[in-house]
Amino acid sequence: MTGRLSHRLMLASAAPVAAVVIAVVLSSIVLLISGSNPLAAYADMVQHASKLETQVDILNRATPLYLSGVAAAIGFRMNLFNIGVEGQYLLAFIVSAHLGAQVELPAVFHIAFILVVAMAVGGAFSGAAGVLKVTRGVNEVISTIMLNAVVISGLAAWWIVEWQAGGEISATGGRVGTEPIAESGLLPNINSWLEVFTREIELGKKLTGMLVVAVAVGVVYHVILNRTVFGFDLRSSGANPTASHVGGVSPKRMVVIAMTLSGAVAGLVGMTELMNTGYYPSNPISLLGFTGIAVALLGRNHPAGVAVAALVFAFLDVSSGILQISGAASREIVEIMKGVIILTAVIAYEVVRRIREREEAAAAAAAMAASPAAAS
Amino acid sequence: MALAIELTGITKRFPGVVANDDINLEVAEGEIHAICGENGAGKSTLMKILYGMQPPDSGTIKIGGEVVELHSPAQAIDLGIGMVHQHFMLADQLTVLENVILGAEPMRSFGRIDFDAGREHLDEVGQAYGLDINADDLVETLEIGERQRVEIIKVLYRGAKILILDEPTAVLVPQEVDELFRNIRELKASGATILFIDHKLDEVLEIADTITVLRQGRTVGTVKPTDVTAHDLAEMMIGSELPVPDAGASTVTEEVALAVDGLRVIGEGDRAVVDGVSLSVHRGEIVGIAGVEGNGQAELVNAIIGLDDPDAGTITLLGREITHFSVRSRREMGLGYVPQDRHRDGLLLGFTLWENSALGHQTEAPYSRGPWLSRTGMRDRASRIKADFDVRTPNIEVSAHALSGGNQQKLIVGREMVAGPAVLIANHPTRGIDVGAQAAVWDDIREARAQGLATLLVSADLEELIGLSDTIVVMLRGRLVASLDPNEITPRDLGAYMTGAALETDVA
Ligand SMILES: Nc1ncnc2c1ncn2[C@@H]1O[C@H](COP(=O)(O)OP(=O)(O)OP(=O)(O)O)[C@@H](O)[C@H]1O
Ligand SMILES: [Mg+2]
Repeated sequence: MTGRLSHRLMLASAAPVAAVVIAVVLSSIVLLISGSNPLAAYADMVQHASKLETQVDILNRATPLYLSGVAAAIGFRMNLFNIGVEGQYLLAFIVSAHLGAQVELPAVFHIAFILVVAMAVGGAFSGAAGVLKVTRGVNEVISTIMLNAVVISGLAAWWIVEWQAGGEISATGGRVGTEPIAESGLLPNINSWLEVFTREIELGKKLTGMLVVAVAVGVVYHVILNRTVFGFDLRSSGANPTASHVGGVSPKRMVVIAMTLSGAVAGLVGMTELMNTGYYPSNPISLLGFTGIAVALLGRNHPAGVAVAALVFAFLDVSSGILQISGAASREIVEIMKGVIILTAVIAYEVVRRIREREEAAAAAAAMAASPAAAS
Repeated sequence: MALAIELTGITKRFPGVVANDDINLEVAEGEIHAICGENGAGKSTLMKILYGMQPPDSGTIKIGGEVVELHSPAQAIDLGIGMVHQHFMLADQLTVLENVILGAEPMRSFGRIDFDAGREHLDEVGQAYGLDINADDLVETLEIGERQRVEIIKVLYRGAKILILDEPTAVLVPQEVDELFRNIRELKASGATILFIDHKLDEVLEIADTITVLRQGRTVGTVKPTDVTAHDLAEMMIGSELPVPDAGASTVTEEVALAVDGLRVIGEGDRAVVDGVSLSVHRGEIVGIAGVEGNGQAELVNAIIGLDDPDAGTITLLGREITHFSVRSRREMGLGYVPQDRHRDGLLLGFTLWENSALGHQTEAPYSRGPWLSRTGMRDRASRIKADFDVRTPNIEVSAHALSGGNQQKLIVGREMVAGPAVLIANHPTRGIDVGAQAAVWDDIREARAQGLATLLVSADLEELIGLSDTIVVMLRGRLVASLDPNEITPRDLGAYMTGAALETDVA
């Protein structure tokens, strides 16, 4: 029994592991061609990642990636392609930064207020794309791309000027970002949680408190999807909207709800930065929305799978810095690795599925041979 | 006579079942060869192997005397084999022409599709075999019989000389079946070889030159229709006699469970597709709706279920007006529904059987408690459906995809019946179910009727309609044109009412 279980676990993890192995091999070839020593580069990456401070960096990077991945995954579950996570989180970021700086509240309420505003803004903005889809038949890919543009080159660009700290451009001519949020609105770091297990975190690194929020989001996502009637409605409507409709689930309603939830989670993506710095800067962290789609794909929309995918991507992102410093390889190699991992993962998942099917069939045949009466 | 097809020792295993177990089959050139067998006997699997969709685990395939290894349908098509599946595979959003040429597009220079050439060829094929269809209709708007014609034309368009038809008559009314058989005979006359699967034994005896019976993945025997009766065939298939539907003593009560009053549904082009329909179904009563596909039955049912909003009239369920209620609230009030198209409307193919057995009832006990799903409740129900409705499957953890067509249907019927509905809308409830299981379903419906179930039965199977119903109404061009007593009508007369032929004399 335990033997079979471990075999099944092995099969389940075979695809992502194979993807990573193949990505390493292909990247090595690229490195060799470009005249770098792959072993030296990997040694640098691994050695760097074994440091506690780097691990904090990885977790800090993985947190928003995970949130972004879950946001995309919620859409995918409903057969919706929410490309608008990028715009949704930037809009939520700037609005909640601005409103968060306008209020004075006790710590718990202040933080909650900011997070709720972020989720509401992200959710409403994404929900709008859902409404457009069900009322006007506008494909969500088109509408969310356009809404991205509305935010990135429109609203955010305008409001960053409007809501500039002190109301004007700083003395040096650069933009400084929105008014800082009071201390009570910032989520404290959770360094102490990690330090319990090891030593003190140095170099002024701070492990983001949003990690806790991200884990909570993952758990809630899992529970809602798999254990509630609503989750069943969502999965069934995504899998077969007509049968689900016959079964009492309005597909239009589900589209709007799924887009809204996806956007609400997307709204949290920028909070890692906001909860740390307290304002929306002139160059906020960007492109997390698009990376989230890849993270969801690699993690197969599964809450734990997406977490692993986010960690892998975060590790690669953080490693790119050390490669540049050590000079072992060009930092772009990590982008190649990311791409290769995604491609091989898609292929590997399919291969493993077929292996599993064949094994089951073989097992069934063996069982049949033993008792021919079981044929029906 | 030369053999068109020779299959030897074909074996195919799936997780938990041996679908084909050392099957041998010989089909002579130019014959109509029927394959019969109970649900899950392995008929579709064998045909898919012949069509290159699934590789056999072992065995050889000979086409026209040559041993071939088929790895894809494209290869089978090149060898002149075409297949019309049990569950149609048309793209709803495309036109007939687009569907037909899909994958075999005639090309002009620069990679442009030559639609004119395609249309011309399609017309030729249609005329050659007497298959009538409008090339520019959207498939979405077609009736089942027409869709089937598109599937057949699609196959002929590719020059098929060997045609596989998997349960082509399951959804057709007798007139349509006659037409299909006319087409099949014409195809045969032009030299084609036809393999077809059917559960209706009298149809098989009427059209087939040779009949092969499968049972639990093995060949039971090959016979000539002249040598056997339907009873013999049934015995070969399931080892028992042919059942006949029979309503038994009336259990109709005074209490109206479902009432439809003056219902109008406006369809495309402002035409009323349901035109002032009024009917009522009492507790303990089965009301059958007879009609040729496309006379508004689907729209009437959709309005009762709540999928479409009617334009006028009212629907009353158990004394409450529900005309504009959501599907879910109607279901929670005790409205059960067996849809006509099980893949489109009845199942989540990639989900497990236990998840499927909750679909449509997920908000009710024992499938859930408040907002929480109850997995044990769902699994218990699924096991009960599997046992009570004889769903042939290794276990309830497999996906619905892995069930044979008839077993999928049994799962759906079982799901609706165990939920204990007050009113059941049964749209072709025994579509694709073998003769043995069909009798079981009829028994279940009758038993529930005795307990007070009100049933609205829509069916293309006239014997089923006449045998089960307490009252039969005929629907023609959106209206109810006749109300008949099933004890006094023959299938033949009923057929005449359905086409309107009997009305000239009757209505006057
Ligand atoms: N893709 C699949 N995966 C697993 N099992 C399958 C698959 N396809 C078919 N089977 C199993 O193989 C057996 C034969 O199925 P098949 O579809 O050939 O039956 P059939 O004779 O066509 O029945 P029906 O009259 O109900 O259509 C069934 O037990 C079915 O559960
Ligand atoms: Mg079949």
